[in-house]
Amino acid sequence: MTDDILLAAHHVDVVYDTGEGTPTHAVRDVAVELRRGELLGIAGESGCGKSTLAYALTRLLQPPARLAAGTVTLDGQDLYALDREALRAVRWTRLSMVFQSAMNALNPVTTVGRQFDDIFRAHRPAMTATERRAKAGELLDMVGIDPSRLRSHPHELSGGMRQRVVIAMALALDPDVVVMDEPTTALDVVVQREILDEIEELRERLGFAVIFITHDLNLLLEISDRLAVMYAGRIVEYADTARIAEGGALHPYTRGLLRSFPALTGDRRDLRGIPGQPPDLRLATPGCAFADRCEAVVERCRAQRPELERVGEGLSWAACHVARHHPSDRQAVPTESAGQTRGGPA
Amino acid sequence: MTATATALAAPPDDTAAARGGRLRAALRSGRLRAGLGIVAVLALTAALGPLFLGDPDAVSQDLSQAPSAAHWLGTTQTGQDVFTQFVVAARGTLLIGATSALIATAVSAVVGIGGGFLGGLTDEALSLLSNIFLVIPGLPLVIVVAAYVGAGTGATILVIALTTWAASARVLRAQTLSLRTRDYVLAARLYGESRRRIVLVEILPNELAIIVSQFIFAVIFAVLTQAALAFLGLDDPSNLTWGTMLYFAQNADALTGGAWWWFIPPGLAIAVLGAALSLISFGLDEVLDPRLRARRRRP
Amino acid sequence: MRVRHLLRKLGFYAVAAWIAVTLNFVLPRLIPGDPVQLMMSRMAASGPVTEGQEKAMAAMLGLGHGNLLQQYGDYLSSLARLDFGLSTTYYPAKVSDVVAHAVPWTIVLVGLATLLSVALGITLGTLAGWRRGGRLDALVPSATFLAAVPYFWAALILLYLCTQVWALAPSSGGYDETYTIGLNTRFVVSAVQHGVLPAITIVVASVGGWMLGMRNMMVSTLAEDYVIAAEAKGLRPRTVMVRYAARNAVLPSVAGFAITLGFIVSGSLVMEIVFSYPGMGYTLLQAVTNNDYPLMQAIFLMITFAVLVANFLVDLLYSFVDPRTREATS
Repeated sequence: MTDDILLAAHHVDVVYDTGEGTPTHAVRDVAVELRRGELLGIAGESGCGKSTLAYALTRLLQPPARLAAGTVTLDGQDLYALDREALRAVRWTRLSMVFQSAMNALNPVTTVGRQFDDIFRAHRPAMTATERRAKAGELLDMVGIDPSRLRSHPHELSGGMRQRVVIAMALALDPDVVVMDEPTTALDVVVQREILDEIEELRERLGFAVIFITHDLNLLLEISDRLAVMYAGRIVEYADTARIAEGGALHPYTRGLLRSFPALTGDRRDLRGIPGQPPDLRLATPGCAFADRCEAVVERCRAQRPELERVGEGLSWAACHVARHHPSDRQAVPTESAGQTRGGPA
Repeated sequence: MTATATALAAPPDDTAAARGGRLRAALRSGRLRAGLGIVAVLALTAALGPLFLGDPDAVSQDLSQAPSAAHWLGTTQTGQDVFTQFVVAARGTLLIGATSALIATAVSAVVGIGGGFLGGLTDEALSLLSNIFLVIPGLPLVIVVAAYVGAGTGATILVIALTTWAASARVLRAQTLSLRTRDYVLAARLYGESRRRIVLVEILPNELAIIVSQFIFAVIFAVLTQAALAFLGLDDPSNLTWGTMLYFAQNADALTGGAWWWFIPPGLAIAVLGAALSLISFGLDEVLDPRLRARRRRP
Repeated sequence: MRVRHLLRKLGFYAVAAWIAVTLNFVLPRLIPGDPVQLMMSRMAASGPVTEGQEKAMAAMLGLGHGNLLQQYGDYLSSLARLDFGLSTTYYPAKVSDVVAHAVPWTIVLVGLATLLSVALGITLGTLAGWRRGGRLDALVPSATFLAAVPYFWAALILLYLCTQVWALAPSSGGYDETYTIGLNTRFVVSAVQHGVLPAITIVVASVGGWMLGMRNMMVSTLAEDYVIAAEAKGLRPRTVMVRYAARNAVLPSVAGFAITLGFIVSGSLVMEIVFSYPGMGYTLLQAVTNNDYPLMQAIFLMITFAVLVANFLVDLLYSFVDPRTREATS
């Protein structure tokens, strides 16, 4: 089982040194494990630290952000212990990334072809110019773009095409892991659907593992194998997607997120957001960060922060005092189930 | 021809609290404090210094003396005290610099914000005008105008202002264009607020930092241009400035006579003033564009 | 389309040139009184004035006869013939000849020194921004200072150090006048020797500005996704720095070239005077001190045209270095 783990992060703490007194703690004590070929989803509202986590996992944190504690290993190799050249060799060949905005992720002043070329020149010095061009064309073709587009500049492509180009680039060197940071957020729904199908198809064909970061939890229900929900820099729920999809979300925040977005496919539902705002990460609270917005808050939530603990069978972790008492929300909240509990065998 | 304003492209934050917070943060920047400190010292010297010193034109028997306890910066070839001249010249220099910059900034605000806000043909015409003033080299024009109009402080100020405004008008126009389409400005228009009110209440306050930074550059430019004009003898020589000091030094062959104490201080002061003003402007840029503040060190 | 873009630019510079020409026509008319008489008396005070001079001057200024429109027409036609009349300063030389002698000195000197300064400043700025907080970045305060130094003062200091303190360089002129101008070794060597200090002055006084601008844009650009993406791709640091970061960071410097060039040209003109360098600035001052209005106006126009041409060339360059401008105008 553990042999299967490709990318593992433990106790990851990321801090922004803002130079204004207390540093902002954007990610706290986060652990994730990604197995070969799987798709792990990470969901949360904007500002919850999910993008920062993506940068931490790829060792791309830009000052003032820095990894304050924790380890990230790729195939057992500590990513943060590698020297510059070793890190460069790992990058893109084993671990690549799709950035949030495809427009910004492409160099605006050079052609798409030249940007593919740069990747091959850096990692495959033996390839000839003809081979590089052929391979780049093949990659574009794979994501459904005409290879003649290699001569185009990024601004000459549509949003969807740019995103496809960026995905093709991420797959250029056949990596084991692709971290995708909101790869479809900037696109309209139809294009979003196409890109997601494309990713699924490619994954089936090439077998790479994906960490998929999004604010849209319902989307993860469709595509991920397992998922983690982040709130205020921490993982508050970590579960097999199937369980969440079956309505088994443990954390009140997860349930709130599920209600906040329409499913990409499927029927219309009552959309309710979660009232209130995420907390200011600079302020340390003794209790649960979600307490002020939580529908199920109890007194203990404000006094003591719940640790991420295993609740129930399989991959089923939650950081919630309430969740521990009510392992499954569907049965826990309604009155008749409470009656059952009370009236159960003594 | 398009992007001088790039460094200023970061959108201004709108709440007063955020602005105050960023201002405090900026004041913690060493550059800004150093710049403000130097400018304050120079301004105080200019304002109060002349009160404690005698007539800068008074001659004495100490001709072409090197610096000493009696003459801190030595004397000219006619025995005038260079230090006294230096301090009095600071006043003239700063006054001309600040006044020209004020006029230039006011013109650029009217042209830039007006054009950007009104749009249409007005904007086309005004931005063509600023672009043309931008590509016609300023100093030769100033020299020719000064040669026609004759030397005089008022004329110098106007002429400098005339050749300075274009660059900042363009920056302000770009900023106004982006502000014009912001939600709160559109909302104000829907409410039927008057144009004047929208410009004064919604747009101007949000461009204040940029206007200040443009004013600072205008001061630097004005001081340099005035120095050049005065050095060429095209400014009123009776109005003592650092530029006229250099003009007199040059005419008296201070250089070949080895009187370094005469020509080094005025130029040095101009450069120090310019550098201090730039530091202030960088500090402001950091307020406007937090990315410049981010510490970054590559492996 | 490229061609339309080019035509638009060309049109703009034509308008700018026309405005400069017209300004030149209007300025003398803004003086109260009879400009010709005024200028004649000022000219007479500083140099020989001949019989024909007054007429030539009036013709050049187009003040002689007819209404304003006619005068303007006369003015334009004498401009087209490059007929600026005679110079009083270099009497009886034709103004056009005097200008023709001055132009190459300035263009070669300012052109070469500017290219050198741009290359040096952009390189230093790139490196300083790339390694923010590193050794080169420590130069930023000095660059800030240098950028604020008046050109002519830098010239004075250099001249003082190199001729008075150490006797390293010739103190004035553009070449040793015992040699004849032309492509002979002795003249070229002498011209280079005389040009070194002025060129250093331009570089010293302008390199700081380029460096600062580039450094700040580098810092901004380094935070762009495409630079971080380039790093994530494991590209060589050099590639990331040059082809991804600097290549984009340099665009505003190119776009803002007009402003900077104005600065450099203005500074260089005054600097020439310090070195008695026989270029347009030196000649302009001669014209100003001798109230040689025809010469003054001719030089003003020459400088303006030279700057406009340089800006036009840089605009063309910009449309090549930023592919987005090509689409934007189509």
